Amino acid sequence: MNSFKPLRVGEAPLIKWSLITLAVFLAMVLLLLPLVSIFQQAFVGGWERYIEHLSQPDSLHAIGLTLMVAALTVPINLVFGVLLAWSVTRFEFPGRKLLITLIDIPFAVSPVVAGLLYLLLYGNSGWLGAWLFEHDLQIMFAWPGILLVTIFVTCPFVARELIPLMQQQGASEEEAAVILGASWWQLFRRVTLPNIKWALIYGVILTNARAVGEFGAVAVVSGNIRGETNTLPLHVQLLYEDYQAEAAFASASLLALIALCTLLLKALVEWRQQRSLSANDNQEQSQSL
Amino acid sequence: MSIRLTNISKKFGQFQALSPLNLDIQEGEMIGLLGPSGSGKTTLLRIIAGLEGADSGQIHFGNRDVTQVHVRDRRVGFVFQNYALFRHMTVADNVAFGLEVIPKKQRPSKAEIQKRVSHLLEMVQLGHLAQRYPEQLSGGQKQRIALARALATQPEVLLLDEPFGALDAKVRKELRRWLRSLHDELKFTSVFVTHDQDEALELSDRVVVMSNGNIEQVNTPIELYAQPNSRFVFDFLGNVNRFEASWQQNRWTNGDAFLVPPEQAPLQQNGALYVRSHELALADKPNSQAHIPFTIVAITPVGAEVRVELAPIGWQSEELWEATFTHHHLQELGLQKGSVVYATPRTAYFFGEQGDGSPVRQSWPFLPPGSLAFDI
Amino acid sequence: MIFNNGRLRHKRVLPGFSISLGVSLLFVSLILLLPTTGLIMQTSQMSWAEYWGVIADPRVLASYKVTILSALAASLFNCLFGLLLAWVLVRYEFPGKRLLDALVDLPFALPTAVAGITLATLYAENGQIGSLLAEIGIKVAYTPLGIVVAMIFTSIPFVVRTVQPVLEELSHEEEEAGMTLGATDGAVFWRVILPSLWPALVVGTALSFTRSLGEFGAVIFIAGNMPYISEITSLMIFVRLQEFDFAGASAIASVVLLTSLLLLLLINLWQARYLRRIHGR
Repeated sequence: MNSFKPLRVGEAPLIKWSLITLAVFLAMVLLLLPLVSIFQQAFVGGWERYIEHLSQPDSLHAIGLTLMVAALTVPINLVFGVLLAWSVTRFEFPGRKLLITLIDIPFAVSPVVAGLLYLLLYGNSGWLGAWLFEHDLQIMFAWPGILLVTIFVTCPFVARELIPLMQQQGASEEEAAVILGASWWQLFRRVTLPNIKWALIYGVILTNARAVGEFGAVAVVSGNIRGETNTLPLHVQLLYEDYQAEAAFASASLLALIALCTLLLKALVEWRQQRSLSANDNQEQSQSL
Repeated sequence: MSIRLTNISKKFGQFQALSPLNLDIQEGEMIGLLGPSGSGKTTLLRIIAGLEGADSGQIHFGNRDVTQVHVRDRRVGFVFQNYALFRHMTVADNVAFGLEVIPKKQRPSKAEIQKRVSHLLEMVQLGHLAQRYPEQLSGGQKQRIALARALATQPEVLLLDEPFGALDAKVRKELRRWLRSLHDELKFTSVFVTHDQDEALELSDRVVVMSNGNIEQVNTPIELYAQPNSRFVFDFLGNVNRFEASWQQNRWTNGDAFLVPPEQAPLQQNGALYVRSHELALADKPNSQAHIPFTIVAITPVGAEVRVELAPIGWQSEELWEATFTHHHLQELGLQKGSVVYATPRTAYFFGEQGDGSPVRQSWPFLPPGSLAFDI
Repeated sequence: MIFNNGRLRHKRVLPGFSISLGVSLLFVSLILLLPTTGLIMQTSQMSWAEYWGVIADPRVLASYKVTILSALAASLFNCLFGLLLAWVLVRYEFPGKRLLDALVDLPFALPTAVAGITLATLYAENGQIGSLLAEIGIKVAYTPLGIVVAMIFTSIPFVVRTVQPVLEELSHEEEEAGMTLGATDGAVFWRVILPSLWPALVVGTALSFTRSLGEFGAVIFIAGNMPYISEITSLMIFVRLQEFDFAGASAIASVVLLTSLLLLLLINLWQARYLRRIHGR
């Protein structure tokens, strides 16, 4: 056996293992340690105290409100994301590029500014808010306001996942289906959906994670009314600033748990995606042989 | 610089990419590695370059053992199949790269590098494209730039992986001639990989035919054509008709068809007979040495020749046979689509089931012992 | 390619053009564009002098400086750290690799407020990391350095996730070509690999910078929020709001909004220009 020197850049064992060590060390300190510490802090007083903190009426209400907002946001942004991706990847029209750029705005805008935009419009001094006030409709400092800003900050996720994928896939499969006489629903369900399934799920996971955890924008429009407009992240803040660190971390641990589930689901989706891709490759290979 | 490979082998996992093989390449020679995909020709090229390590054996450049020498120190020029031009660099920067990465002490001055680059670009006739980026070039232009880049460091060995694979036929022909003249002018040793027999035969001083990680035959194009030494080489060099023969009643038979060989012991067995398409004579009746009936299914002009496609009558062949004639000769024969003809090979190569796998060359008509005239 | 331009009436092959575009436009108008009218009306009621007075207030100016410098530091750190992570994840096999890969996304998945209180606790003087750092005289929590730490945490994934796919698709051959031409590993990295990663690296860093500029939840808990020293601009808006100074809040918000839109535009333009060169279109 000849000993042959490794050929790719950075494959020398010394370089390789120093880089891995450095990366893992930094990731431990910057990422893993904070994650672990959330649960540590939450369980400082043991299980019973933990349950006690979470079963406070205010905590329960915050959990309920957060779940409701997420449950409404996700389907709305799902439908919007699919329709937007369909229109910008399957048709040419003036302003198409502008529309794609516009959808990125929520990524770039500070959440506090996002909240402010809504407050200025729907608040009592805003032009729309004044009219709504006359008709006895309260949007700001109530759950509809929270819902609206959450939709705002999470609306790019699904579309952003779908657009590059659908652009890359092109329309030929769908055109073939139309030629074969498929209705729009058959077309979508049997041709488009299977192709974008994983990206769609991925987008939904990200939308959900952000919807549950949004803080800055919600903080501006919620009014922080305990037991009414307090979402879970706001509840965490309130407790923390009341010097109830343990209770704050108990609620925070719930959010961290959701984050962990998000990561797990994401890893799972990626794994499935790769598997279905490589399965396709294998199929193509065996067909070409 | 001469290249000597001794006992080189390579495994990828369980797959034996190269069985131990030896090859001597003379200084200034142009060698074509010819074989189907998976035959190990690219692996061999990459081992010569140092891009891949051999599991066993030695590589010498001249008298220097380079087996353990890193690719960067082997000083070979390598042209990649897809050119591998640096996309973020201009054409000039691509060509200059090899000169700019020379350690500072030996590196030529900036002005000198610039001079050499423009000289190289002139040589490949692309001086006017110096400031373009690779993606703005055509395939043929990219190929020339890749060559110029590989030659910039004045390597004594130039290795090319499927150099013309991705180009259309016309550009391919042009570039072949150009590479050949460049080679003759600059006198480097070249090894190139190809799966195209025409390319290998046209360009190489010697052709190395490979299959399944083995070298089947090494020879000059003319010799290779005249004396293929195995069924594989015969099949791979193409345009050949095959007669699967079983030895019965003192002749090779296949269904109703038969062919009589001269009385030699090694020929009296089952085997396969290879006949090139231009070595086939057609007549409207059989003769005593050959009875191989066909129906003509197509007559197609191919350039200066005419190709006649033949379907066997009353015997088995996996593929249709082909015979080629000049237009003039075809008219004399008066052949027509649908007519029945009988073929006689003028020359054929017989591979017996028993034996060392090398063919026996045989011609028809032959004089049977004791005869003074052909009995056709 | 020839597209039908209005005059040449051609029925579109695929269904759903009007409904998908209609819904998208409606949604974009209602959710994204309509809310900006409030901001425009609010600021247009101010005179230039008033506007300038608010956005150039010394305390606000200090907040710009703190925000921009912290975001710059955080994004530069993440540029290097992100490149390292992407490199390690793409090029090497080692135990725990998948876990590390999954962990990279934590900052996107974890609510910023949770990150904020956790980092504040960890880096406080009696916290696990803070106490170690305090021994060597470094104070993180409730200083501008704390802001940088929070910004680093929330924007780690950007560089990794933009560089990773490019690194994966980088052709092996270009690297080999560099080596056959005699380049050392270092030269190949600097002159062949890094230039190919450069656009992704720049975009990732710019995204990380943009995100850091706007970060709020993670920062306010650890920053200490001392006027002139550790107040970020988003907090200034929040403070103005709590004082019911809508005009002031709007003025500052308009600066932030324009800055981030400009950044977004620049990133897009830069990306498009670079792609054009590489793909020759």
